[in-house]
Amino acid sequence: MITEHFPALQIVIPLIAAPLCILLRWRNVPFGIALVATWSAFIISCLLLGQVMDQGIISYELGGWAAPWGIEYRIDAANAMVLLIVSGIGSVVVPYTRNSMLLEYIHERHYMFYSAYLLCLTGLMGVAITGDAFNLFVFLEISSLSSYVLISLGFDRRALTAAYQYLVLGTIGATFIVIGIGLLYHATGSLNMLDISQRLEINGYDRTVVAAFAFITVGTLLKLALFPLHLWLPDAYTYAPSSVSAFLAATATKVAVYVLLRFFFTIFGAEFSFETLPSGPPLMALAIIAMFTGSFVAIFQENIKRMLAYSSVAQIGYMILGVSLVTVNGVAATVLHLFNHALIKGGLFLAMGCIYFRISSHHIDNFAGLGRRMPLTMAAFVVGGLSLIGVPLTAGFISKWQFVLAALDRDLWWVAALLMMSSLLAVVYVWRVVEQAYFRSPPAGSEAVTEAPTSLLIPTWVLVGANIYFGIETELPLTVSRMAARALLGTQ
Amino acid sequence: MSSMTPFLVFFLGAILVALTKGRLQSMVLLAIPVVGALNLYYLPADMTGGTMMFSYTLSWLRIDKLSILFGYLFHLAAFIGIIFSLNLRDTTQHVSGVLYAGSALGAVFAGDLITLFVFWELLAVTSVFLILARRTEKSQQAAMRYLIIQITSGLILLAGVLLRVHETGSIAFGHIGLSGLSSWLIFIAFGIKCAFPFLHNWLTDAYPEATPSGTVFLSSFTTKVAVFSLARCFAGEEILIYIGAVMAMFPIYFAVIENDLRRVLAYSLINQIGFMVVGIGIGTALAVNGAVAHAFNDVVFKGLLMMSMGAVLYRTGTMKGSELGGLYKSMPKTATFCIVGAASISAFPLFSGFVSKSMVMVAALDEGYPIVWLALLFASAGVFHHAGIKIPFFAFFAHDSGIRVKEAPRNMLIAMGLAAVICIFNGSYPWVLYSMLPFPVDYAPYTMAHVLTQSQLLFFSALAFCMLKLYNLYPPELRGINIDVEWAYRWLLPRATKGFVTLFAPIDQACRALAVRRIEVLIARLYRHHGPHGVLAKSWPTGSTALWVAIVLGGLLLVYYF
Repeated sequence: MITEHFPALQIVIPLIAAPLCILLRWRNVPFGIALVATWSAFIISCLLLGQVMDQGIISYELGGWAAPWGIEYRIDAANAMVLLIVSGIGSVVVPYTRNSMLLEYIHERHYMFYSAYLLCLTGLMGVAITGDAFNLFVFLEISSLSSYVLISLGFDRRALTAAYQYLVLGTIGATFIVIGIGLLYHATGSLNMLDISQRLEINGYDRTVVAAFAFITVGTLLKLALFPLHLWLPDAYTYAPSSVSAFLAATATKVAVYVLLRFFFTIFGAEFSFETLPSGPPLMALAIIAMFTGSFVAIFQENIKRMLAYSSVAQIGYMILGVSLVTVNGVAATVLHLFNHALIKGGLFLAMGCIYFRISSHHIDNFAGLGRRMPLTMAAFVVGGLSLIGVPLTAGFISKWQFVLAALDRDLWWVAALLMMSSLLAVVYVWRVVEQAYFRSPPAGSEAVTEAPTSLLIPTWVLVGANIYFGIETELPLTVSRMAARALLGTQ
Repeated sequence: MSSMTPFLVFFLGAILVALTKGRLQSMVLLAIPVVGALNLYYLPADMTGGTMMFSYTLSWLRIDKLSILFGYLFHLAAFIGIIFSLNLRDTTQHVSGVLYAGSALGAVFAGDLITLFVFWELLAVTSVFLILARRTEKSQQAAMRYLIIQITSGLILLAGVLLRVHETGSIAFGHIGLSGLSSWLIFIAFGIKCAFPFLHNWLTDAYPEATPSGTVFLSSFTTKVAVFSLARCFAGEEILIYIGAVMAMFPIYFAVIENDLRRVLAYSLINQIGFMVVGIGIGTALAVNGAVAHAFNDVVFKGLLMMSMGAVLYRTGTMKGSELGGLYKSMPKTATFCIVGAASISAFPLFSGFVSKSMVMVAALDEGYPIVWLALLFASAGVFHHAGIKIPFFAFFAHDSGIRVKEAPRNMLIAMGLAAVICIFNGSYPWVLYSMLPFPVDYAPYTMAHVLTQSQLLFFSALAFCMLKLYNLYPPELRGINIDVEWAYRWLLPRATKGFVTLFAPIDQACRALAVRRIEVLIARLYRHHGPHGVLAKSWPTGSTALWVAIVLGGLLLVYYF
């Protein structure tokens, strides 16, 4: 049955499509290949999620080699959710790339873009799907290397330095992770995640394991850009092409958060990660600092794309805060926010790309009067912004609600209060844009600006519409995130 | 005929308004409250509506006498407001006005606290456009402050609701009473929207900066939703009596020294809400009836006053008492309507304020709060001075400012006329209103004692005003009068209050200045670190970022090993 091989197909289809883009480089063929590959990955991930919800964990042995020696793909609700996020955003963004100026900019080499894009998608999905620690590192490198290429394609020359910096820091992060995995291998003699965790329980946790834990934590925190390790993120997101920013902002850090969850809870186990070692308080402190610093910096930013990047730093703070609570509710809120924030930031960065397409600027002064000139784009931005703030009837509200409930559940009133306060800061930075766009008239003598092309608006509105849809129909994400949290924490 | 939840009529209507233009748009606008009211009339009394969210059952339609009364009131207010704004060609304002009214309806028919919270936030988000639409620098800033405070109120409400869910597991929107942190949070959230003392600044800050018709809408809904919520959840809490008494008194000082006439009305809005809050605090059937009836009347007469000032602003472009005057020659009809509104707010017999305000005052006396009764009596005199005399006097009489304008547009006159008729009708034939109140009414407004007390109060106040006018402080040449006139008003109040004002004002100003300076310093400091060139926002060289990685790793290893 083909359904049995879905886990392999999930990875293999985009992986094979990537070189195909280079081989069949005529006209629109690479675009077609990317479109087919991403959408089939999306469909497969939907089906996988359905299977996981019906039948529980799926285990797939690659090439028929049994688990501790061969590579195992192991899918529970948590990675099914992440796969859905990555492939969903990936497939919505592909149609957007076609008309977003990027392809004209790189002329006839656009097939390379699609190849890198598909590789990045493969890497991110591979990280999520695999049950093998070393395989995870390999996929992480595939996604990182291709994302450096994608970022360096930005129109601004600073994109090159941004990509270079991300390359250096990303490599440090990946190296830390592989050092950690190496130490774990040394301690347990296994690379299969489940096997490692079982052997750790039998062998006990010695100093090598502690060092492995520290290296993996720091490496992952660097990849997911938690304050103060976020320094690569603002430049990378600001100078990357619009479609790449949207794709990476919605997926790359989410996958890194997933890696953190997997290592903390599945491999090392919650008891070791949070009780033997005091990881909770430092993570919570950094998360809260990130929430506020990111938001304050965003408030003062004049480059709106950079503002969105810093708001991502703040939002990552929320996610890590959920992790640091170490409860089913907290982790469920984090997983839910992975999903909702992907929709929010994806939509906002795509709207940003629509604006850049017309005014070739990210500066707030050039937003004056856009509300009248680009009504649909700005409406998308406003809805996305409301969701970012967490206004009721948007996806962001559901996340906020879950975070606050999770904090109250642990009797951490002050954390709940801080969560509320930081969402007020989001009002300020979103509102600056709204005010500029709707209540300032455009500067005299500025060129006439018209609405963005439909081919850009449709993907933007698909994501923005999803924000509203999942703000009202909350059943699916809530159930899945709860299942994911239970699977991670090993409670039923 | 199939019925729908009241707010839905407005929300769907808003979409139609956004899609239409010109005459058709006007017809749609007018049809919305009419259709809405018919819908409300035919609403089956046992109809409910709801949905599941998380694991709670949300109900967005709960019908009882209290919500029905506020429902009709909001339809009426929306109808009057829409007529008043018909001559506007600004779709943003129309749409946000309709959505705003719809959100208020959603809040009063909310059956649980989460639904209430949703509409509570929507009230804030939809109404801010009415302020922004003035499109001046001042109004933009006021709108931002307004929005932040309103959202804060929503967040506090949410925090309270979450805590309450955590404590009791119930999201019922019913009597809560003050006990424990959650109820206090909800209470404070209501208090912000209700403009409790020290939480009131958003109102007097933002309302006068809104567009002429925007203020009419604003003064009808937000605070009344808060009064409604207080009546639902905190009826009979004694603390409300004192809060209400303070609310009724303190705005008088500010209203008397204020020059912007719409800000004067904003202060008097707080003063009138004070009466309602006292009524809710007393909590007896008579008092709550009085509070609710007064809310109904207040929406109409405050709307009427706001409309007359809005018409003046629309024609003359200014709201400064010192620049206006003598307008009765050019705007006689507006002046007449304004006087009807002034008589109603001052509670002249036969005008609407009289039949509801006295209910609260009688209840205060009956339940043994003579001091509160005196405070309210004093507040009534104050209202008469600043809203009853000052508003019409400055705008339409006083010295002739030389401004010659046209009478207000016809739609504005119709809206004002409608409100004026309701004021007089409710004042002279209050039984229709009484029959709709939540509790059965056993109260006769027109007894000899009531009429005499109120008339004495009013006539002696008027006498005091005339005496002062005759004997001093009004130079016959009326040159540079404005400050003088204001001083006359300050003298008009008992002398003790003058002492209070002079004592209080500098302290108040110093506190505000200090707070403003503190905030400025804070923002400057934030900017230094978080601004585009601040240490936290600039792009870092790769080397030092790598150093940070090493520091974090070292720190973690230290923590883990020791």
